[in-house]
Amino acid sequence: MTIPISWYLLLSAFLFACGVMGFLIKRNIITIFMSIELMLNGVNLSFIAFATRFGTLDGHIFVFFVMVVAAAEAAVGLAIIISVYRTRETLNVDRVNLLKL
Amino acid sequence: MPTATDYIRILPEIVLSVWGMAIMFVESLLPEDRSRKDLGIFAAFGAVAAIAATVYQAQPQFAGFGFNHVLRVDHFSIFFHLVVLLVTLATILMSLDYLPLQKIDFGEYYALVILGAVGMCLMSSAVELVLIFIALEISSIASYILSGFRRSAAVSTESALKYFLLGSFATGFFLYGIALLYGATGSTNIFDIALILGKANHVEALAYLAVALIFTGLAFKVACAPFQIWTPDVYEGAPSPVVALMSTAPKAATFAVLIRIVFEAASPNLFWVIWVAAALSMSVGNVGALLQSNVKRMLAYSSIAHAGYLMVAFASASNRDLAISSAMFYSAAYAAMNLGAFAVVTQMAGSGEGYLQMDDYSGLGKRSPVLAAVFTFFLLSLIGIPITGGFFAKFYIFSTALRTRLIWLTLIGLVNSGVGSYYYLRLIVRMYMYEPRAEIPVPPVRLGMGLAIAISLIATLWLGVLPNAVLHYTQGMPSAIAVR
Repeated sequence: MTIPISWYLLLSAFLFACGVMGFLIKRNIITIFMSIELMLNGVNLSFIAFATRFGTLDGHIFVFFVMVVAAAEAAVGLAIIISVYRTRETLNVDRVNLLKL
Repeated sequence: MPTATDYIRILPEIVLSVWGMAIMFVESLLPEDRSRKDLGIFAAFGAVAAIAATVYQAQPQFAGFGFNHVLRVDHFSIFFHLVVLLVTLATILMSLDYLPLQKIDFGEYYALVILGAVGMCLMSSAVELVLIFIALEISSIASYILSGFRRSAAVSTESALKYFLLGSFATGFFLYGIALLYGATGSTNIFDIALILGKANHVEALAYLAVALIFTGLAFKVACAPFQIWTPDVYEGAPSPVVALMSTAPKAATFAVLIRIVFEAASPNLFWVIWVAAALSMSVGNVGALLQSNVKRMLAYSSIAHAGYLMVAFASASNRDLAISSAMFYSAAYAAMNLGAFAVVTQMAGSGEGYLQMDDYSGLGKRSPVLAAVFTFFLLSLIGIPITGGFFAKFYIFSTALRTRLIWLTLIGLVNSGVGSYYYLRLIVRMYMYEPRAEIPVPPVRLGMGLAIAISLIATLWLGVLPNAVLHYTQGMPSAIAVR
């Protein structure tokens, strides 16, 4: 018995929603950053599921590029987080508030 | 196999990439105490070389698809290449003396500006969602780093953090939209998607959701309400020349992507979504700007308002040709005038970016008449006064909207223009009518800054006095774009 594509899509939507929720409610910068990664990986699952349904390679290739971009983003993001920590000595977003929102 | 013509179709990007990597390489060889100004001048030549490459590429025999329908060189891409590259050139020129003044004289800065421009150029020529995504990320990641470039200043790192977190969040939405569009059509090529969606009798709900998500992601990047919250904070904290860059070039490139997706992919109609975004963005931007005392924050809100005016063109999508050409014209005019305004702010900011309050501009007309006159010109253009580029840009947008019978949206836009003129005029009045505050020094305008201001001044004036050449060019595009 094979698992239908829609299950993968539902899981992917669930992961994406978890990422969005995490982004909105978490207060630690690293956790927020992890939530973004979760969103991207949820999307990756969608790409793979659709690629399997269509039997084409486009989706698979897209996933590779997303992974590369996510890695680049992680490098830059962690560097920015370190420089914030150096100037502020906190990783709580609520305390990073020199600029009024 | 890629042919030689294929490589010519990405010639500006190749030139910029080689230049950017050369800067990184040379930077590591230079002794640490040496000024990086030469490197900046070298980078400026890179931007000029890329402009030359774009002009070469504009010959008719190079128009068309490249690399197996991944990108496409046409009027549209050439136009946005030139806008992006001129902004890049001006940004580099205005940074030459800014970086040593702020004690952040590092060569990577120029490399990042140049490499970011690669992404923005690719965004305007890409017709494959994979390439659009990568190009968008190249330009975004470069701007994340640049906005935190004054890394010992807490405001700058905070600005980078906010830009990074919200930008990546938006990328997630954009990407999910692409995934769903791929799921709805089975393709990631804009023209194939257009064919498939055009043939289908009814549009799947999935496609609607997909385009709405893509719109959300891109609206974040162009600072269009209701996704604009990050803008004032990021613009306030980031170094001024970087704000000049990121409020113009990536925005123009993102609008290019939006034009491709809204008009070319024959995507499901999001009329009301765009209508609301446009009206909201104009109102939030202008009302927000009224309340500001910091010039950078005021210009940030003004850029939200201008994103709203541009969205009006997208709401006129049923009048396709006019809408595309007025959106293109507006992107160019906005880039020219906003670049100029931020160049003056950069000049005034001084060491440590200390002078950014409206008070600091009091009496500028007496202290530095030329700078005040130039700033007044850019502010008048942002209001939309005749003989400036801003006037025709707004005029075309609203006349297109009227022809599409968008009476209410046009009214909201005009009321907003009126509200908007108040805060620009307030700054002008302050410059000419108030007593100067003696303790604030106005540094002499150096050559690089002078050239940067001259570029934006000439562009704004040219678009305002002789708009026909540019307008004709933008109108030649829609017919060319439709042919597969």
